[in-house]
Amino acid sequence: MGENRNRPTARLSGLVREVMRRPVRWGLLEIAFWVAAVLSWFLLPERHLILTEIVGLAIFVLSIDLILGFAGIVSLGQAAMYGAGAYASGLLSIHVTGEPITGLLVGALAGAVVAFPTSFLLLRGGDLTRLMVTLGVAAVLYELANQTGWLTGGADGLQGIAIEPLFGRFEFDFYGRTGYAYSLAVLFVLFVLARLITASPFGISLKAVRDNPLRASAVGIPVHARQVAIYTLAGAYAGVAGALYTQTQQFISLDVLSFQKSADGLMVLVIGGTGYLYGGLIGAVVYKLIQDGIATLTPQYWQFWVGILLVAFVLIGRERPRQLVDRIAARLRRPAPQPSAEPASRAVVPGQQEV
Amino acid sequence: MLTLLFDGLAYGMLLFVLSCGLAVTLGLMNFINLAHGAFAMAGGYVTVLLTNGMGVPFLLTLPIAFVVAAVLGLVLERLLYVHMYDKSHLDQVLFTIGLVFVSVAGIDYVMGSQQQILSLPDFLRGRVEVAGVGIGIYRAFLILVCGLLAVALQLALTHTRFGSRLRAAVDDRRVARGLGIRVNTIFALTFAAGSGLAGLGGALGAEILGLDPTFPLKFMVYFLIVVSVGGTSSMMGPLVASLLLGIADVFGKYYVPSLGGFVIYLVLVAVLVLRPQGLFARAG
Repeated sequence: MGENRNRPTARLSGLVREVMRRPVRWGLLEIAFWVAAVLSWFLLPERHLILTEIVGLAIFVLSIDLILGFAGIVSLGQAAMYGAGAYASGLLSIHVTGEPITGLLVGALAGAVVAFPTSFLLLRGGDLTRLMVTLGVAAVLYELANQTGWLTGGADGLQGIAIEPLFGRFEFDFYGRTGYAYSLAVLFVLFVLARLITASPFGISLKAVRDNPLRASAVGIPVHARQVAIYTLAGAYAGVAGALYTQTQQFISLDVLSFQKSADGLMVLVIGGTGYLYGGLIGAVVYKLIQDGIATLTPQYWQFWVGILLVAFVLIGRERPRQLVDRIAARLRRPAPQPSAEPASRAVVPGQQEV
Repeated sequence: MLTLLFDGLAYGMLLFVLSCGLAVTLGLMNFINLAHGAFAMAGGYVTVLLTNGMGVPFLLTLPIAFVVAAVLGLVLERLLYVHMYDKSHLDQVLFTIGLVFVSVAGIDYVMGSQQQILSLPDFLRGRVEVAGVGIGIYRAFLILVCGLLAVALQLALTHTRFGSRLRAAVDDRRVARGLGIRVNTIFALTFAAGSGLAGLGGALGAEILGLDPTFPLKFMVYFLIVVSVGGTSSMMGPLVASLLLGIADVFGKYYVPSLGGFVIYLVLVAVLVLRPQGLFARAG
């Protein structure tokens, strides 16, 4: 080892390894976040239902963050995969088995099956093409679910979903005790997985693709393969979110495939901040609290205020919350090496890369 | 068969008037405006309110709808949109979705969520039989009005100074600016005119398309299809695209009702997959 230190390539690869490992470490704030999440199960027993909704939303938004925040693919149709997962797991529980874990896996599979062919449609073309294609795919699925009423229940929704106890032991009760713990566990597993993926060389190459596809391909990153892979993975994530929704609500309406669903997801992600995994989680918490608060004030017109919020948010600058979190995190980190260690991780949205 | 074609034509013409403003916005400033339908809805509600509520003649309400939507467009452009031009597409999408939500919930609050029924004047109702083809008078009226508008727009674009400045700005904003063309002013005016046309389209279409608070969401996809299929380089692209879309939609709903609304989405995805670049072929 002492010999290697003198060789420049070895030193360089050591540096690279150091840089690559940096995002893998768990920060103080992160640990606090998850401790708080676990504590909420014990301390807020009467809020379990809304907490479950928050967790489900967080997974859905996590899937959008994977493609938008990390790979720079804009999408208005993430509901396609969410709905596919929801319906797949719902139909599974009605016709085959109500075992929850199988349901999640089937949901993930359904999401990935929808996402994989779609991703090829997104490889070429600019932002608008992508928006339109994702929107179109989600709209096709929506109409499909609407028309095949014999299978999906159509506009009446899919009813009669019965979920067996988790591990044959924990009943999904009315108060959402099991449901919340289960959702939280699923979120944690998916989150850790996403964390590993985004910190891996694969994840770093994704960011390179996001920031400048042309340069990324010039340094030898297979841009298209990366985009297909991440879109399919995000589809699986959205599928899991949909399956989780089915299992905790035990009812599916057509709304799971609606444009509204995709737009909501995008909104939540933007509230929390794109390009870092906690954006989706923080956004989901904030969004649900806001929605809950406004809905108690004006039950019918909460959408109005959400719209105002969105407009104001974009006008003020949507990178602000992220900066706040970064600043807190930087203060908690004892030695502050550079004021901003990673300028590249700022949420840069594609379509404007200088070529 | 021919009646269907005629209906499709009228529908397509209507779509053209509704979405040509969006084509210019997108082409000129590369701005993705999902809230375009909100202006159309504004125009529709103006007409419905004036004819049903105050007894203003229908034909007179059409220019009023145009003006109201245009003024609304101008105000919003100067106040809000102008901050959005330099932002990313994602920001633009979020911003305009926010506007759509506000308009949907706002109209719901003010007017209620029910479908608005427009009572057409008698001379525009009914059908006539021409050479064995049943023709709705209102649809013929639509084709006439929208056709005249399309011709007028094309002439304005190609034969006026404003039109040539606008085309120059679309082709290359920076060079146009360098030549002393006031791109921002042109854009504000064009935005207002486009919004006004959308309002006019909404007024004309209130009877055919139906008018309720979810209008901007329901037809957003149609406008975007027209623009993305037709391109933004001339008025001909969106016109052809709207006519195709209108006819395809009417035929699809008539002959294969079980496929319902999703013929157009399949067509959209197919077109975008086959010609993803050519459709937005813009210098840049």
